[in-house]
Amino acid sequence: MAKIIGGIGSSHIPAIGVAIARKLQETPYWKSFFDGFPPIHDWLDKQQPDAAIVFYNDHGLEFFLDKKPTFAIGAAAEYISYDEGWGIDTIPPVIGDEDMSWHICNELVDDEFDITICQELGIDHGLTVPMQLMWPGNNYGHIKVIPVVINCEQHPMPSPKRCFDLGRAIGRAVDSYKKDLKVVVLGTGGLSHQLDGARAGHINKKFDIMCMDKIVNKPEDLLNYSIRDLTEIAGAQGVELNMWLGMRGALTGQVTELHRNYHIPISNTGAGTMLLDNSG
Amino acid sequence: MMSYLDDKTPIPGTIMFDGTMARKGYGLNKMCYTLNDKSAREAFARDEMAYCEKFGLTEKQKEAIKNRDILGLLENGGSIYFLAKFAGGLGLNMQDIGALQTGMTVEEFREKLVKAGA
Repeated sequence: MAKIIGGIGSSHIPAIGVAIARKLQETPYWKSFFDGFPPIHDWLDKQQPDAAIVFYNDHGLEFFLDKKPTFAIGAAAEYISYDEGWGIDTIPPVIGDEDMSWHICNELVDDEFDITICQELGIDHGLTVPMQLMWPGNNYGHIKVIPVVINCEQHPMPSPKRCFDLGRAIGRAVDSYKKDLKVVVLGTGGLSHQLDGARAGHINKKFDIMCMDKIVNKPEDLLNYSIRDLTEIAGAQGVELNMWLGMRGALTGQVTELHRNYHIPISNTGAGTMLLDNSG
Repeated sequence: MMSYLDDKTPIPGTIMFDGTMARKGYGLNKMCYTLNDKSAREAFARDEMAYCEKFGLTEKQKEAIKNRDILGLLENGGSIYFLAKFAGGLGLNMQDIGALQTGMTVEEFREKLVKAGA
C-alpha cells in the first residue's frame, strides 16, 4: 500500500531559481536560506520516497484567466517547464505517475472534490523551484510527481479549510492506493508577502512563525481564517499558506516536526522551510 | 452565506483581483500572458502600442504601459502575475517593482524588507 511518509513546506520564489542558476547559495544574501535545506536532503536521502505530491499555484504559465480552475491535478507521464517570460531557467521534464494521478482523481471526485484533471500541464516556478531545492542538481529523475494546483491568483479563492480538507482527501486517496510506494507531500509558496499595490513589501514575521507552530500539531487553528483575513494579515500573496495547509491535511498519521528554518527577506518574502514526519 | 468578497472595506494599499478587476483587465492581462513567448516579447518590443492594440487595451491601460506605471496598471485591471511578465521583460525584478509602487528607491525598499525580519 502507498504511504505518506512526511511533508515539506518550502518557498517557491523565482529568485531562488535564479540564485541556483548563478550558484549564489553561499553568498551572504542567500546562505541562511539555503542552509535550511541540508537536513531535508539528508532525510530524503535516507527515506528514498518514490513519489511526491506537490501543492503549488500556477502564476500564469499554464492557466490564463480564460479558464481558471480552483483545483487542478496533473495526470500526465511528464510535465514540461516552459519559459515564464522574465528569464528564469527552465528545468528538465518532471516525471509523472499517470496511474496514481488517476487513482487520486477518481477518489477525489467520489469524495466531492470536483477537480480539473490535466493530461498536459506546463509547470512554472511554483513547482520547479521546490524540485530544485529538494533535489539539487536536478536529480529528481527517480521521483514521480503529482502536481496539485490551487488558485491563488484570482478571487474568489478556496478557503484555508477547503484546502486542508482537499489535502485530507488526497491523504485518504494515497492510503487506498494499492502499489507499495513511499510518498512525500510538498506544500510550496508563502509565507507572508505582498507583491502588488502600495502595500508591496508587506511581511508579517509574527504571523508566519505562529502558522509554522500551528501547522505541526494544531493546523485546525488556522482553518477559520478567510482569504480576506489572510490577505489583510499576511499580504496578497500570503494566501499561499493554502498550499502548506493542503500538504498538512494530507498527513493523516502522527506528525512530528523534524526541522524548520525561517528567513527574511528572500526577494519580498518571509521564507519558511519545514520538514514534518508522518510515520510515527 | 456571505462571500468574503462581500466585505468591501478596503484593505490599505491592496487591490483585490476579483471578478470586477478580472473583467476590466482581461485584454491587458491577455496581452501580458502572451509575453511568456519570446517571439511575442520581440513583437512587443518592436512596437509596444501596436501590440497593445491587438488586445484591445483601453487608453488608460496603454498610457500606463507607456509610463511603466505598475499601480496604474493594477488599478486598470492588471493582475500582478501577468504584469510580472511585462515588467520582467523590461529587466525589472520584484524589488524594482516594489519600489515603483511604493514610491521608494530600490535601496529603501530593500531596507524595508530587511527590517521586517528584525
